[in-house]
Amino acid sequence: MVRVLIPTGALGLAYDRDALSRGVANRPDIIAVDGGSTDSGPSYLGRGVSKYSRSTTKAEWRDLMRARAEAGVPLVIGTAGTCGADSAVDWLYEITTELAAELGQKVRVARLYSGQAPEMVAGALRAGRITPLSGAPSVDEDTLRSCTNIVALAGAEQIRAALDTGADIVIAGRTTDTAIIAALPIAASCDPGAAWHGAKVGECGALATTNPASGVIQIDFDETGFTLEPLGRTARATPYTVSAHMLYENTDPFILYEPGGHLDVTGSRYSALDDRRVRVEGSVWVPGPYTVKLEGARVAGYQVVSLTLLRDRRYVENARAWAEDVASRCRKVAMERTGLTASEFTIEMRLIGQDATLGLLETGRVTPVEVGVLCIVTAPSEAQAAEIGKILNPYLLHHALTEDEPMPTFAFPFSPAEMTRGAVYEFCLHHILALDDPMAAFRLEVTEIGHG
Amino acid sequence: MAELGQIAQKVRSKNAGPFWLTVDIFCGDPVTFARVSGALDSARVAALYRVAEAEMRRFDIADLNVVKFSFPRPTVQGTAADRDMHGAGWAVLLEEMEIG
Repeated sequence: MVRVLIPTGALGLAYDRDALSRGVANRPDIIAVDGGSTDSGPSYLGRGVSKYSRSTTKAEWRDLMRARAEAGVPLVIGTAGTCGADSAVDWLYEITTELAAELGQKVRVARLYSGQAPEMVAGALRAGRITPLSGAPSVDEDTLRSCTNIVALAGAEQIRAALDTGADIVIAGRTTDTAIIAALPIAASCDPGAAWHGAKVGECGALATTNPASGVIQIDFDETGFTLEPLGRTARATPYTVSAHMLYENTDPFILYEPGGHLDVTGSRYSALDDRRVRVEGSVWVPGPYTVKLEGARVAGYQVVSLTLLRDRRYVENARAWAEDVASRCRKVAMERTGLTASEFTIEMRLIGQDATLGLLETGRVTPVEVGVLCIVTAPSEAQAAEIGKILNPYLLHHALTEDEPMPTFAFPFSPAEMTRGAVYEFCLHHILALDDPMAAFRLEVTEIGHG
Repeated sequence: MAELGQIAQKVRSKNAGPFWLTVDIFCGDPVTFARVSGALDSARVAALYRVAEAEMRRFDIADLNVVKFSFPRPTVQGTAADRDMHGAGWAVLLEEMEIG
């Protein structure tokens, strides 16, 4: 039996500290926590940085390093620093080094790097070892070379290699959400179907229970299945909360692809052991070719945004016509002044209160009391975006619906009115890379830090 | 006729990675599930999100009283044209859809 303690769905999201103490007292074999996801968008991978605050990350990581020392078992984090780029692994390693000194711990740390050199990935594309997944954008070698970061998602094999170094702490770059939880049970010959299924249910911490905010759960894996137990006092796992979790952020609720195969939960059986623990058996692991998924991000332009508020009823009722008139006048002026062609930049007007969330898909039709006009300029350079943002400004302040009316003035909440957003990134890979050796696209570095 | 959001327990949409969106309709009980599953026309749902019906995957899961749709995201997550980074806002289109 292998017991995995999962403190939270992601480091930085907070969790119930008493529940963590109970988890440590239950003598886990490993503490596993996720550190990231693509869910907050491409900017984090593009820049190779964390979404969460350094101080929050350090405070929570301090708790987990203490819990690890008390439990005397490995602590592993996957997708460190939101995106799992090499720079994000280094960022968490630096925090770990500070904490080891502050806590008086001497620890062996394995860093698992998932970053891929664009030139190497371009070579793999030429060699036919890269395959697009459904819905993938088309890529060529230039696309790959323009990426600021490319990562491969490590699976259980790479996490196991990191654990096999005897590390107290594993700081992994991009991994699948599940790999950090599944690796040790698989290495200990638990049922692989149970290992991957339990890992999927557990990867969001207590999200698969009645009290998601409590964070902490433990999962016991064995030769025939897994048992999930939430550790928050009021949290309960039920066959429904556990089985429904396969729906979450998953295209197919019965199949989950991982490096080296896929999980099939079509025949899984869920049973309540009592009013808070759930047992799952019958999940199947189907081995397949060894592939790892790739993620990449690149700069797709630079943005400047402005926000103007329309409160005058006549302007609210005619907001779309007004906004499009402003945008089309500014497009003409912007082309004359910057030399850009119409296809090289965009001025987009999103009407907050009307259709800013859904755009053309919006079906609701209610006249709001006011409309926020969010003007988004996207241009090839930061300087051009700034220029166009400033060209927009007088129109946003004073543009009238008709020529024969007094000049209106609209509300700007800020000075300056323009907000520079910097580079906007885009995800440009949704592909898999075939590997002969799981470690071929990853590298490990092991060091001893701190003093005890 | 009634809005789906008033019949179902919850409608949730979420990214399934940057390139796909998945929408889960939690019906809450078998009677509601049977009604929703029977009344929901996949072609109408595809039109609501302006995706090709052939690209849409549908799962009617009686064990969970859930109807689930997955399809390529109307805009790729985080591109300049994207309006909803986490994809959670798209659920309202189904919530507000009238069904029999």
